[in-house]
Amino acid sequence: MSRSTTDPRRMLDLDPVTIRKARALARRAGAPVVSLAKRHTTVSVERAVLRLAGLEGADVEGIPWVNRLVDVVRADAGLEHGVALPVWDAMARTGDDLLTVAQKAAAGSVTFRVPEGRDAARAAKAARAQVAAGIRRIDANRRQRDRLITRFGPQPAPWIYLIVATGDIYEDIPQAQAAAREGADVIAVIRSTGQSLLDYVPEGPTREGYAGTYATQANFRLMRAALDETSAELGRYVRLTNYASGLCMPEIASLAGLERLDMMLNDSMYGILFRDINPVRTFVDQRFSRQIHARAGIIINTGEDNYLTTADAVDAAHTVTVSQLLNEFFAKEAGLADWQLGLGHAFEINPDLPDSFRLELAHAMLARALFPDAPLKWMPPTKHMTGDVFRGYLLDGFFNLAGALTGQGILLVGMMTEAVVTPWLSDRDLALQNVRYVFNAAGNLREDFRPAPDGFIANRARQVLGEAVDLLDRIVDDTLLEAIADGTFGLMKRPADAGRGLDGVVRKESGYLNPATDLLEEGATR
Amino acid sequence: MSKAKPNRNIVRPYGDATGDGMVQMSFTLPLPHDKRAEGAAQLFATKMGMDPAMVVHAKAMGPDFTFFVVYGPVHHLVDVRDVVVQERDYPLLAPKEVNAAIKRGLRRPLVVVGACIGTDAHTVGIDAILNIKGFAGEKGLEYYSEITVVNLGAQVAVPELVEQARAHKADAVLVSQVVTQRDAHLHNTKEMSAAFREAFPAERRPLLVVGGPRFDELATAELGVDRIFGRGTTPGEVASYLVSALVPVPDARPANRPDTRKKAS
Repeated sequence: MSRSTTDPRRMLDLDPVTIRKARALARRAGAPVVSLAKRHTTVSVERAVLRLAGLEGADVEGIPWVNRLVDVVRADAGLEHGVALPVWDAMARTGDDLLTVAQKAAAGSVTFRVPEGRDAARAAKAARAQVAAGIRRIDANRRQRDRLITRFGPQPAPWIYLIVATGDIYEDIPQAQAAAREGADVIAVIRSTGQSLLDYVPEGPTREGYAGTYATQANFRLMRAALDETSAELGRYVRLTNYASGLCMPEIASLAGLERLDMMLNDSMYGILFRDINPVRTFVDQRFSRQIHARAGIIINTGEDNYLTTADAVDAAHTVTVSQLLNEFFAKEAGLADWQLGLGHAFEINPDLPDSFRLELAHAMLARALFPDAPLKWMPPTKHMTGDVFRGYLLDGFFNLAGALTGQGILLVGMMTEAVVTPWLSDRDLALQNVRYVFNAAGNLREDFRPAPDGFIANRARQVLGEAVDLLDRIVDDTLLEAIADGTFGLMKRPADAGRGLDGVVRKESGYLNPATDLLEEGATR
Repeated sequence: MSKAKPNRNIVRPYGDATGDGMVQMSFTLPLPHDKRAEGAAQLFATKMGMDPAMVVHAKAMGPDFTFFVVYGPVHHLVDVRDVVVQERDYPLLAPKEVNAAIKRGLRRPLVVVGACIGTDAHTVGIDAILNIKGFAGEKGLEYYSEITVVNLGAQVAVPELVEQARAHKADAVLVSQVVTQRDAHLHNTKEMSAAFREAFPAERRPLLVVGGPRFDELATAELGVDRIFGRGTTPGEVASYLVSALVPVPDARPANRPDTRKKAS
C-alpha cells in the first residue's frame, strides 16, 4: 500500500507547519528535562551499571547484592562520582572479584573511596572492560533476535498482543505458549501489583505475585527460553514484553537487554503521575533505560492510554498527543529510532456519547498521521467495560475495527471480561476470534476509507492537534516540571521536590564516571 | 388452569415465557473436542439442573480444551422473601457525588493521611485505595478533587503517623496491614488507635480506618478504630464511607443516590 493513497496526514489535511511547530515545542519543553537528567544519577542507574558488569544474586534476606553494594558505596564515598570508580578501585586494592567485594561490603569488611590519579584511571579502565562485556551480551542478543526474525520472516502488522498474569512463572509459561499457539505475536507478562514501588529487583524464579508475576532476571530468562521453543514450533518469532517502569526502571531495562526481551513498557511520565515517583528520579532513570533499549533493539510502549482512564477521553484527547510528542522527543534524544516507538493511545471514549466511534477514529488517525513510521500501541476499552460481557464483546469489535481502519502496529487484545476476572482460556479464544473476524472482514477497508476532507473526523483531528499545540505552548512557558506539578496530565499534581525515590537521586560531581553510559553514547563495544 | 395472579415472591428465570426457567451458560471442559466431550458438557449441565440441556455450540480451543454454550430450562424456584442482604450503612457515591458532598458540606478538601504501620512493607492495600491507579476499575482517592491525600508509604512508626496526621490536620487516617504473623496486624492497630486517643481529645481525633485481607470487619470496638475494611474493598467504598462519616449533610437535600448495588451476605 503506498503512502500517497492512504497517508492519514493528507486525508486529515493536517497543516505541516502546525505539525512542525508541535514537534519544536515538544523539543523546547523536553530539553531542560534532558539536561536535568544529564546532571543527575540515581541509585538504580548505579545498580544497573553493576548488573551490566555481571553482578547477580542476593543475600540470605533476598536483598540483591547490587543494592547492598551501592548502599555501602554511597555511605562510604557518596555516589556523586558514580559507583564504578569506588568499586573497581576496591577490587584492585583487594584483588577480589565483583561478587566478593559486594559480599565483603555487606559484611563491613571493605571500605570505599573515590580514587584519584593513576588509581582512578586503573579503576575506570577495569570498570569499562567489565561493563562492556554486558553491553556486548546485549548486542549479541540483538543479533540473535535479528537472525530469528530473518529465519521466520517479519510479522505483518498489527502484532497481536496478549497478556498473561498468573503470579507464578511456572503457570505463566504454559499460558504464554498456549496464547502464542492461539495467535499471539507478543506476550506481555504483567508484573505483580506494587513492584514498581520496590527499590530493588527481586531475585530468582518467583511463584507468588499479586495480580501479576514479579519481573526478575530468572523469570525473564525462563520465559524467553520457553517462547523461543514455541517460536521454533510455530515458525514465527514470538515477542516478549515486560515493564521498565517504577523505581528500578534502569535495572529492569538492563535485564531485558541481557535476557533478550523484545518490547518494554517505558513511559516518560507514567511513574510520576500514577505511582507518585519523584519526577527527577523518573526522568534520570528513564533516559538511561531508553539508552539501553535503543542499544538492545527493544521497542518501547508508552502509557498514554492511562491518562484516558483518569481524565475524560474526549476532553483530554490533546494531552495524549502532547505526551506522545514528549515521549517521542525523549526517546529520540536517548537514541531510539522511529520503529522502536510504540506510542500509546486507547479506545476509551464513553460509548453512550453520540459519534463516539467517529471521535475514536479521529484520535487514532491523528496519532497515525503524526507518527507515520512508529508502530503505535492501540489499547482496548477498560474504563467503560461494565461487567456486561456481551456489550463488552461488541465494544472490543469496534476497537478492533478502529485499529484496522487506522493502521495500528501493536494491538492489545481486549477481553470481554475486563473488570470481571483475569482472562479465562475461553475469554482469550473469543477475543482472538473477534480480532480475526474484524481483520479478515475489514483489514483492507483502509484502502477505501477516506474521511470527508472537511467532515467530522478531519475537523476533530485538526481541533485536537490545535489544542495540543496550545498546551505545549503553555508547557514551554511554564516548564514541563511545573506543568506536571500543576496536574496537567491525568489530573495528577506531582511537584518536582516530592514523591517516592527522591532520596535515591544524586547530583553528579565533575569526574563522575558511568562506563555504561559512556559505552552507550559512544556506541562502543570495548 | 387458574388465571389467579402469579405469586411474585416465587420466581425462576424467564426466557420468553413466565415460568420457562430458561438459562444460558458457557464453560470450558479440559477435553479435546469430540462427541464424547459434547456429551460430557450435556451431562454436566444436566447435573447443574438444566433439563433438558441443549449444547448449542461447541468449539475446540487448542488440542486439549473445548468451549461450550448451553441453553436449557432449570426447575429451581427462589422465594424472594428468603433473600438476606447485608445493607451497607452508607450510600455508595460516584466520585463526582463525593466531591460535591465534600464541597457542599465541608467547604474545604477532606484530608486523608494513609500509611502501612509497623514493619509491614506491603503497600499494595493502601496504594490500591489511595493511588490514582486505583483498584478493580475504580480510581484511588487521589483522583478525587476534593480529597487531599498524604500517603506516607510503608513502615511508618505510630508516633510519626500521629505527628503527620496532626501536621496535615487529617480528617481521617487510613492504615493498611497485610502481614499477620503473630497477629502483628491486630497489635499494630491497637497500638495505633491507643496513640491517637492519647494524642487527641475525642472530638478532635481523626477518623481511624484500618484495612487488610485478614481483619474481621466487626472488630472495630476491640481494635479501637472507627471502621475496618476487608478484602476486595474498593476506593469508591472508602470514599463513600468517609463522606457519610465526616461530612455533615447541609439543609439542602443530599445528592445521594439510593444504594442499588446490595451485596448478598
